[in-house]
Parts: sequence; C-alpha cells; structure tokens
Amino acid sequence: MSDLPPPVQGPTAKEKKYDRQLRLWGATGQIALEDSHILLINSGPGVVGLETLKNLVLPGIGNFTIQDSAVVSEADLGVNFFLEEEHLGGYRAEHTCNSLKELNPDVQGHFVTEPVESWLTQPDALKQYTLILVTAPIRPELLTSLSTHASAALIPLFYIHCVGFYSHFSIHLPPAFPIVDTHPDLETTTDLRLLKPWPELLDFATEKTQGLDTLSAEDHGHVPYIALLLYHLEEWKKEHDGQAPQNYKEKTAFRETVSKAARTNSAEGGEENFDEAVAAVLKSLNPPEPSGSVKDIFKAPECVLVKKDSPSFWVIAHAIGLFYTKYGVLPVPGSVPDMKARSADYIQLQNVYKSKARKDMAEVLESIRFLERTADRSTQIEEKHVEAFCKNAAHIKLVRGRPFHVVQAGETISWGDRAKSIAQTLTFPDSLVPLYIAFLAWDQFVATHDKDALGGAPKVPGETDPDTDSEKVTGIASKIMDDLVKEGSASVDEDEDATVKAQLQDFVQELVRAGGAELHNIAALTGGLASQEVIKVITEQYVPVDNTCVFDGVRSRTMVIRV
Amino acid sequence: MTDTLSASLSESGDTQRTRWKYLDTILNRPGPFTDEEWLPGVMAIEGLSRSKILVIGAGGLGCEILKNLALSGFKDIHVIDMDTIDVSNLNRQFLFRHADVGSYKADVAAKFVEKRVKGVKITPYCGKLQDKDEEYYMQFAMIVCGLDSIEARRWINATLVGMVDEDNPDSMKPLIDGGTEGFKGQARVIFPTMTSCIECQLDMHAPRAAVPLCTLATIPRQPQHCIEWAHIIAWEEERKDITLDNDDPEHITWLYQKALKRAQEFNIPGVTYSMTQGVVKNIIPAIASTNAIVAASCCNEAFKIATNTNPFLGFPGTNNYMMYTGDESVYTYTFEHERKPDCPVCSEGNLARPLQVDPKVTLQEFLDDLAERPEAQLKKPSIRSEAKSLYYQTPVGLEEQTRPNLSKKLSELVEDGEEVAITDPAFPTQFKYKLIFK
Repeated sequence: MSDLPPPVQGPTAKEKKYDRQLRLWGATGQIALEDSHILLINSGPGVVGLETLKNLVLPGIGNFTIQDSAVVSEADLGVNFFLEEEHLGGYRAEHTCNSLKELNPDVQGHFVTEPVESWLTQPDALKQYTLILVTAPIRPELLTSLSTHASAALIPLFYIHCVGFYSHFSIHLPPAFPIVDTHPDLETTTDLRLLKPWPELLDFATEKTQGLDTLSAEDHGHVPYIALLLYHLEEWKKEHDGQAPQNYKEKTAFRETVSKAARTNSAEGGEENFDEAVAAVLKSLNPPEPSGSVKDIFKAPECVLVKKDSPSFWVIAHAIGLFYTKYGVLPVPGSVPDMKARSADYIQLQNVYKSKARKDMAEVLESIRFLERTADRSTQIEEKHVEAFCKNAAHIKLVRGRPFHVVQAGETISWGDRAKSIAQTLTFPDSLVPLYIAFLAWDQFVATHDKDALGGAPKVPGETDPDTDSEKVTGIASKIMDDLVKEGSASVDEDEDATVKAQLQDFVQELVRAGGAELHNIAALTGGLASQEVIKVITEQYVPVDNTCVFDGVRSRTMVIRV
Repeated sequence: MTDTLSASLSESGDTQRTRWKYLDTILNRPGPFTDEEWLPGVMAIEGLSRSKILVIGAGGLGCEILKNLALSGFKDIHVIDMDTIDVSNLNRQFLFRHADVGSYKADVAAKFVEKRVKGVKITPYCGKLQDKDEEYYMQFAMIVCGLDSIEARRWINATLVGMVDEDNPDSMKPLIDGGTEGFKGQARVIFPTMTSCIECQLDMHAPRAAVPLCTLATIPRQPQHCIEWAHIIAWEEERKDITLDNDDPEHITWLYQKALKRAQEFNIPGVTYSMTQGVVKNIIPAIASTNAIVAASCCNEAFKIATNTNPFLGFPGTNNYMMYTGDESVYTYTFEHERKPDCPVCSEGNLARPLQVDPKVTLQEFLDDLAERPEAQLKKPSIRSEAKSLYYQTPVGLEEQTRPNLSKKLSELVEDGEEVAITDPAFPTQFKYKLIFK
C-alpha cells in the first residue's frame, strides 16, 4: 500500500444516492434538474400527472407545484398511490404534494388549491415555472392561454391524456430547441476519417506498417487495424488511379484484399487485428459527410446571423459551419475505439486523433472569439462547451418546437404544413394517427359539454351513456379525418377510407368505454414516458419526442407524430 | 349495468367498490376488442380479486409492479427478494426511505403498499427463488418478474416450463417479464410450452464480451482494462486472504488506486472512482422513468390476462414481446418472438442441439466458450457424454477424478456426432448438444 497515492475522497452522499442516473446525464444534467421548477395543472382522476411528477421528484428536480382544486374522494383511493384514507375530504393538491415530498427530502413541493380558471387570471401566476405539465380534461380557453404563455416565455409545455387503455402527450417546445449532447450510440457513430487522413495519421500508419511482411508474428498480430486499413488503402489507390474504393462492390473487393493479408499460420489460425480491419471496412470507408439535418442547422437563420444576444449554441454552430465550408468536413471528434494493439501504439494513435481534434477545435475557437468581438458579445463562451460541441458536431440536433392542437368548440382543426405527410401515414397498417384523431375528437366533445348547466367542470364522453357518446365522438372523429385528408390533398380510396373509419370507430369506442377513467397501469406507463421527456428537455440531453406520442395499451404499441 | 353490479356486490358483502369506481367502469363494460363471450361485471371483478399473483424482485421494477398490481384490483400478492436496501436504490425505488437502508426490500415494500392500498394483502419472502419448490409456485395464477439477473430469470422459466402438466390446465403459469437498462427496456409475456420462453430468447440478451486476460495482463489500452487488472489480477496477488467486498469503500478505493497507478504507467487517461465502482460491480444505469414504463407494461398485460378486458400479449400466434427505446425520441417494437424448436428448456423431448466444434480444442476451452456463447451462458457446467462423465464440478471426489479431462482435446473424449448433456447448478434442466466436428 505504501507505493499508492494517499486515500481519495470517496463519492459524496448525493453522488451515492444518484449514482445510477449520473451515469446517464452526468453532473451538468443533474444541476439542470435541480434548477427546475415544474408546475402540474391537474384534473380528471389526476393520476397520470402525479405519476409523471413521481419520476421527477425521485431523480431530484429542484421544485414542483401542483395546482388542483379537487377534493379527495373515495374513488381517488382506488387509483392514486399518493392518497390514503385519512386524506378523504381534504385537498388533493395538498395531500399528493406531501406524499411526493416524502420521496426525496432534497425536493421542494408546493400546491395551489384555487380553481385553475381564476388562478390563471392572476398576473404572473406562471412566472416562476420552468416547465408546465397539464392534464386533460381542460377547457380549451385555458389550454390556449397556457400555450400562449409557453410561446412567449419560451418554456416547454406538456399536454397529457390518459383515458382507459390509451394515452397521448404532446410537447410544445420553443421554436428553436438545440441539443449538443445527444448521446449517440458510440459503436455505430465512430468517425475515423480513413478517407480523409491528415499527414500525422498517415505518418502513424506508415511507421506501424514499415516492413509489414517481415514483422515477427507477435508484431504483425499487434499492428492497430487503423494502420492496416490506411496501408492497404494506399496500396489500393496505386492500382485505382488514386481513388479509394467507391461502391459496395469495390469495398467488398478491398475487404477481400485485407482479409487475405492476414497470416493464417498462427495458433488461432488467424489474426484478431486483421479480423477487426475486415469488420471495419464497410462502416469506416465512407466519406465523413455531415448529415442533412446538421447541414440544415448551418443554414438556419439563427446560425447565419449571429447577434449580440444569440444563445451560445448558434455562435458555435456558426463557427463550425465556417469550418465545414472551408474544409468540407466537421472537426475531428477525436475518439478511437478499442482495438487489438500494444498499449504504447494505441496511446500513440489516440494522441494522433486527440491532437488533430484539439487543432480543429482551436480553429473553431478562434472564429468564435472573432465573432464574439464583432457581435459585441459581453461574455466569452467557455472552452469546454466548444470542445463538447466539436466532439459531437456530427450528431447535434435542432428541434423546431411549435404549439400543438388546441381543439376549440366548433372549429375545424388545421394541420398546416404537416397535413400532407400525416394524411399519408393515416392509412399505414398499424398507424396510430387514427388514435390521435380519436383524442382530438374526445377534446372536441369536452369543449362542448359541461357536467351541469352552470359552466362548471367539463364533461367527458362515456361518463353516463357510452353508446350515445360513442356515436357522437365517432362523428366528430370522422369529420376531423375528412378535413385532414382534404387539407393534405391525400388520395384515400374508398376501401382505405372505410378501413380507417372502422379503426377510428374502434379507437373511439374504447376511449369512451372508459368514461374518463384512468387505469393505474396506463397512467404509470404514460407518466414514465412523459417524465423521461421532461428530463431530456430540462437537461438538454438525448433527443426528445417531436412533438406528439400516442400509446395503445390494447396492443402495447407507441407512435410518434409531428403535428 | 352499473346498477345491477353494485346490487349484486352489496349482496355478496363487498361495500368497498366505490373506491374502485374507475377500474369497475372498465370491468363493467365490453369494448370493441373484448371477446364476444366475455362477461363484464361481477365475474370479471371476482376473478381478478381471487387471482393470487407472485412478484419476483422488489427493486426498481418490483416497487412499481407491487404498486401497479395493488391499484389494478389484485388482492393477494406475494413478493420474493433476497436483497437489502442500499442508498443508491433511493433514486428510483420509491417505497424505500433513507431510514430503511439495510432492511429487506421485500419486507419494506410489502408493508408500504399494504398501508397505502387498503384491502390488499402482500406476503413477502426475503430469500432466493431457488428456496421454493414447484408446490409453492403452483399456487399462483401468474408470475410477474422484475429482475436484473439473467440466471434467476432462466431458473424460474425452466421451473415453470417443467411444471406444465398437459392434463392440468392450471399447471400452466403465465410469466410476465420486464427488464431495463438506462433508457431502454423490454416487457414480454410467456405462456410456458405454448409460446417462446426466456431460453428461446436468450440470444437477444447476449452478455458483453469479456476482455482477454492477456490484454489485461500485458497490453492494457483502456481505463477499464486497468480496473479489471486491479480487480482480477492485483487483488489475487496482493490481498488474496481478504474476500473482495464490492460494497466496502476501502476495497473499491484500493482497486481504484491500483488501477490509477497502472494507468499512469501506461499513459492511459480516464480512470475514476466512479468508473472503478461501475466496472467492479458491473453497474447498469437505472432511472425511475424507464422502470415505470416497463413495469406498467408488464402489469397492464397481467391485468388483461386476469380480466380479459382486452387482448393481451402472448396469446399463441400473436405478439409476445415489446422492446422499448427512449434515448432518441420514443420507440417501441412489438412483435412475436417465435419458439425455438431446439430450445433446451421448452422444446418437446429436449432434443440435442447440433453444435459445431473444433475437435482440437480442449474440454476446458470448450466449457469457457459455453459460458460466453449467447445461447448457452453456462457458468458452472458439468458435462457427460453418452459413454462417460467428462467433467463434474461436484462432489469433490468426482471433480478430482474428472479434472484431468479438462486439458484433453475434445477428439480424445467424444466421437464426431456424439451427444453430450450439460448441467449447471443455476438451472433445473439439462442442456443437450450434439457435437459436430468442424
């Protein structure tokens, strides 16, 4: 033990508690969660919203507030895990808030029992919240005002339905929601630049393949596969007018050449490094061309014109766009997969990639500093952010958030630029677009029915008379579908029309069967999905749903639709 | 419909149904997908209340499953878990509080849910699955599994397949299994002997390839290699007399420092305490959201099976598997995983699977390979051929007697095309292979 460094500081209590999630979103993601204040506007049986919050309180959001004017009834106890007998007659907001707080002493919980109609009219009622969850049923005018607030304040708004075996949620994100840390699958996204090597990388390959044929068995079996591929590429080019293998046929021929170069007289009958080289040919010999969505980001108006107050994402994106224009490639990400090699050779290769990545990054940073001066920006972007951006430049994402449908009584639903595409997917086998339409029709019913004549709580279909309500909602749904087909100028023949209408009717009947009831399982599942999306949106990591997700608990399937 | 139901229920003495208003709406009304012969109402409700159900695991998935089943109308729930509560469970296992750290998960979880949901009885067992016999498993209508161990899943699967008696329909116990890793997971339904079983699906959950020992010993390249070296080699060499305890911070710190020092020698960056812990304990990231999704999907299927309120996964010839991915948008793939006709657990007659082998490899190498093969994954195998015992892990006498065979080539021990039977203490079944020489 005496030759070891002094004992280290073990993980903190917080790191221990959150260990399993910090391995996913790291300390920066955790800080973002802790800075959030999430508002739940609860209604109906009120389960799905609380199940969502539960999965956010556990990983440690900073604050939550529950708005709910309902009083705890006997029926709540059979479906809501956060209420028990002694809460009967009390405010649901208060008791669910307290039960949730028990889950994590680091989270602050608050509640509002004032009816949502009057509460929302108070100035600044929504000011302190960084994200809003609202559950159906809700009156359309209230949902509209929340949507207006989300657009103005640039905060995310989630609208969630959970009815019987079905559920739905839509996310209204700000119009530009960029993500740098998308966590792409490392194995499928390695970018080795074998077709665009730089001098130091070629030097490395030349050095390691010097006298390849005369190397000892031990040495030959430890040449890193990247060096092997670069060596054979140079050989190939000599016989192909300086061109690397272009198409599948040439690549398989090239692969054959590499495969034949392996020595077979070893104990194992082959060489692992050559096996790795052969396996890498098809996926690594592609030009390092950025995807269309990344190039679209460079062309976005926010990227083209960087202003004094532009978010740093756009400043960095602009600089990387310049880099791409100049070199035709993105900055080298700098990571190298593990491969059969001697330690020192591997570390040397890693350093070749890392130095190039640092050099590219330095160039990007220089453009950023220039931009900052010309745009008269007050603070400099931190180098570590530029580094992270360069490392993942090929996988950055931009979600163009937009408001979701708010169904207004008696108004036709407009699908805008999405009409054509959605109308086309309507008739796909297993499409859940008809289920989404059934939810819109359900909302239309809610918008036009009250529990009593006094304009109190909205009435949901199927509470008392499922057959009559089913017929009504099916009628509404058919009209929504016809309008969609018309707006999207889709060609739907008679058979297809009849098939989709029959599906619509089934979805509606199953929805209305529930009479607005939540099943705990479906609420828990939907709460899982919604909370996962909240985490992605708050941490600005991974890729969120864009922008609507429907779940069919009869057949256990989901579909994501951009509406 | 509702009126007739409440009348008949009050006759039967159940006055608590107001609490189940929402659930009963579904149980009292047929839907467009319910079977024409399905009878809503009292029958469905009583059938559900009488279904005795077993939950295996009271961890991340188990906590969710217990809550969900209790709020789905199940009244008689049993739960098995051998673990105690650790502080790193608290970010998702919501039935546990800081004060519960160190107590048995099954006990604490059962008490908590019983307190919250009145009228449900939860019977905990703090121990191993393998402590229980067929008679015990026979009492349940179905079994829901939320485990992180492949071995335990395979054991219960093989046990349930073995219990099926064609003359007794009650002997077929549906198994609903969930699993998660980070933002990914799956829920599947198995009707033993009728649909694809856990063993049929084993290759979908292939273990990560182990790093060769020679890499660890001589040419480490990754920080993980240095940690594995400290874990597997350095500890054996320097602290042989101390049993490594993954939960002892002093032990992890020792491994971390050893790994760090080795990494420095080889100029390898990136060894951290957290990574050391992750590699040594084989930590799988876990969050509340994914557990909620997968557990609820399992319980939704359990509820549909118990009530017939809608079609369920696992009906033979239909989908039985839902794969879930949540890191890039939300994606599910629901499909039918088909039975493997040569499945060593559920195929009729347990026919030997053909297996291509190199006759030049030793028995030891063959057995090592069997541990890593996705479709076998046998860690402590004993093997016999048609003619003789080739290698037995126990008893000691037989182990000593058969040990010399380990260094012999396969061609010295078996004929081309000969059948071998392999047993492993982790499984109540035997695996048969027909060895075909390459």
